[in-house]
Amino acid sequence: MNKAMNEQEQSALIELIYQLGDDDFILAYRGSEWLGLAPHIEEDVAFSSISQDMMGHATMYYHLLEELGEGDADGLAHLRKPGAFRNAILLEKVNGSGTYLEKPDYDWAFTVVRNYFYAVHKQIRLESLRLSTYEPLGDAARKIMTEQYYHLMHWELWFKQLVTSTDVAKKRMLSAVGKVWKDFGGVLTLGPSYSEMVKAGFIEDENLLKKRWLNRIDRIFEETGVPPQGEPLIESGNGRKGEHTQDLADALATLSEVYATNPASGW
Amino acid sequence: MEAVLQSMNLKEKVLLALKEVKDPEIPSVSILDLGMVEDVLETDGSVVIKALPTFIGCPALHIIERDIKKAASEVAGANEVKVDFVFSPSWTTDRITEEGKIRLKEFGIAPPPANHVMGEPWSIDCPYCGSSYVTMENIFGPAACRSILYCKSCKNPFEAMKPVADMN
Repeated sequence: MNKAMNEQEQSALIELIYQLGDDDFILAYRGSEWLGLAPHIEEDVAFSSISQDMMGHATMYYHLLEELGEGDADGLAHLRKPGAFRNAILLEKVNGSGTYLEKPDYDWAFTVVRNYFYAVHKQIRLESLRLSTYEPLGDAARKIMTEQYYHLMHWELWFKQLVTSTDVAKKRMLSAVGKVWKDFGGVLTLGPSYSEMVKAGFIEDENLLKKRWLNRIDRIFEETGVPPQGEPLIESGNGRKGEHTQDLADALATLSEVYATNPASGW
Repeated sequence: MEAVLQSMNLKEKVLLALKEVKDPEIPSVSILDLGMVEDVLETDGSVVIKALPTFIGCPALHIIERDIKKAASEVAGANEVKVDFVFSPSWTTDRITEEGKIRLKEFGIAPPPANHVMGEPWSIDCPYCGSSYVTMENIFGPAACRSILYCKSCKNPFEAMKPVADMN
């Protein structure tokens, strides 16, 4: 950036980076809950590798926030209250009923659709971020893209295979598409301060990004025979405004349990 | 050797020391051969090593950071050592040296293809017998940077470094 940011720009930038970090963070956590439960052993290896990468991406964003004066990156991940999180609600939703320790009845179709739609959006968002006027964010985006490439390929393969597979698979996938669609609008929005983000050139207009996403998804729908779903909705609330479900509160309580016992110690 | 060392400046000495720092998950290859060291800056005995992370979520990064610090601090004249992980330029698999590729192979890891363009197919040869008659079992492997393959010629499972190129 050539000139110093004013206060309003800086706070819009911070909002944006919270969204980016929290999206990756919570979805990586949901992915990690699948460890040992994925459909087959090779998928266990692949999915945990993807989740590890995504947790790395979240860490990178939290370090950018640290540089912007938001406090220590580990603390940002572990010690914030749910209301301070800016991830989309869709990404915090549980994988299914039960927990990974007790009677996990996780929904693989939902997981594939959620991760695939998110990976498509993440790709589009990164392509915009790499030209960000905030250089550290552009550098981070370029780095993340090299890893995200393999994630997108992975989820696209699963999506295409399952949605064109047996009748049972198709039925489950279509029902998952319907479920994800009801809240995907929450992933596509940049929240209340979006116009400041765009004006400062941190990222492009959310409507433009949404259009690119819809175009790409429409093409895949056409190719695989999925009926058009219309406008993606925000039914469960807007995570960009700090609105969240009990699912997030429960996830944060679990993942920070050990850290919170002694934040001063090194993990 | 003593004379050679004496004629070296601090930066050169630090680089020499970094030759001994290995990736803990691939102990045959130094971080220099992996292309992880972008620059060594030195002013009045205070040394800053600019390092490029390979995969960001790689848990080995913390160990590598510690080992870089330790190795550089042992160099005479280096009073203060700092490791800065930077993201520009991006680490790519083309940064791996020829020496690094040979060492990877010795460890049973097929080196990445040169000048790879993301999105294009690439070919992988078995690090044991050199055959290209191999199958990709899993593009994701036991470490973020590796895939799992099987050689149909010598019937050995092996790993390969995932190609990573700039996407600009």
